[in-house]
Amino acid sequence: MREIIKMIVVLTVLSSFSGGLLAAIRGGTKEKIEYQQLVFVKGPAIRNILEGCSNDPIVDRFKIKDGDIERSFFVGVFDGKANTVAFEGIGKGFGGDIGLMVGIKMDDDKIVGMGVTTHSETPGIGTKAQTDPKFPNQFKGLSAIEPCKVKPDGGGIDAISGATVTSRGVCGGVTNAADIYKRLKPQIAEKIKAFN
Amino acid sequence: MAKSITQEFVKGLWDEIPPFRLVLGLCPVLAVTKSVENGLGMGMAVVFVLVCSNMLVSLLRNIIPSKVRIACFIVIIATFVIVVELLMQAYTYSLFLKLGIFIPLIVVNCVVLGRAEAFAYKNGVVASIADGLGICVGFTLSLTALGALREVFGSGTFLGMSVFGPSFQPFTFMVEAPGAFVCLGLMLCMMNLAGNK
Repeated sequence: MREIIKMIVVLTVLSSFSGGLLAAIRGGTKEKIEYQQLVFVKGPAIRNILEGCSNDPIVDRFKIKDGDIERSFFVGVFDGKANTVAFEGIGKGFGGDIGLMVGIKMDDDKIVGMGVTTHSETPGIGTKAQTDPKFPNQFKGLSAIEPCKVKPDGGGIDAISGATVTSRGVCGGVTNAADIYKRLKPQIAEKIKAFN
Repeated sequence: MAKSITQEFVKGLWDEIPPFRLVLGLCPVLAVTKSVENGLGMGMAVVFVLVCSNMLVSLLRNIIPSKVRIACFIVIIATFVIVVELLMQAYTYSLFLKLGIFIPLIVVNCVVLGRAEAFAYKNGVVASIADGLGICVGFTLSLTALGALREVFGSGTFLGMSVFGPSFQPFTFMVEAPGAFVCLGLMLCMMNLAGNK
């Protein structure tokens, strides 16, 4: 009996000690990890979209509550004015969700850039949406108010040959981002003032 | 306790060098040694985990009941592995992305558990730290050597710098999984040849 109690006590103390240690370290590194993840996973796309901005969009970010989820917005300062935001939209692709970043200029509600961040599309075909700059460049200058569509669906985007589903998914993602933008525009405009 | 501290340390460098002599912990050895950087990074992570876990196990060896010792070892090792994982995510994120799943898998690396069971549980703190350091330095050296060999021939670079110039046609076989087995086998063979003299 004593042996069993000893085993239980030792294991319990050891586990709770390790739990406490891990919680402390997790708390200490949380912000740093979040920043690193943004830099490495979304950073390249954000930088590409907000090319030429004078600030670090990954540092200048804010969050807005949209229903149950919190969305992150990255601010781009151009000519001394914080007038551009980049944020995430999600579309349905061929192999699953396509996550993408869309940058929108607040002054005229136009898309300044788009980049795919996460996807599980067919390598060499659907992945062109991320790797071939020709495709994302088509979104530049489009209005963020109207839904975005590929040509066969009556829109203005040339689909990637052989990857219509992916192209449609990306358009869906951009439309999704545009919907978020339309819904949250007053709050975004309010928050972005702080970065001027 | 016949051996001195120095002997405990030195044995890990040749006599009991993990991947070649003990032939333990081969999973990370084969999988991550695509480049010098990966090998070195993995080695460093293991150094931290093994030295800390050896120290703690040896400190607690009189408290830990022998019936649940493996469970206790795993708790201790897992804690340090998560610490390493969090720290790597926070400070060397690109390396963390490359090593990926093999960082959490240090928990089940038999080198770490093996040293806790075979050495730290029976020996004093200082000897355990020396043993851990020795084994780890050996492990890191082997990983780095294997990584160097595979990187130099497989991609023509060393730590990302070009070695042979642009005309070199990389021997891609070396950075693939079969190349890892061939390399390890050749190095083991060399070590046995050198040891038999």
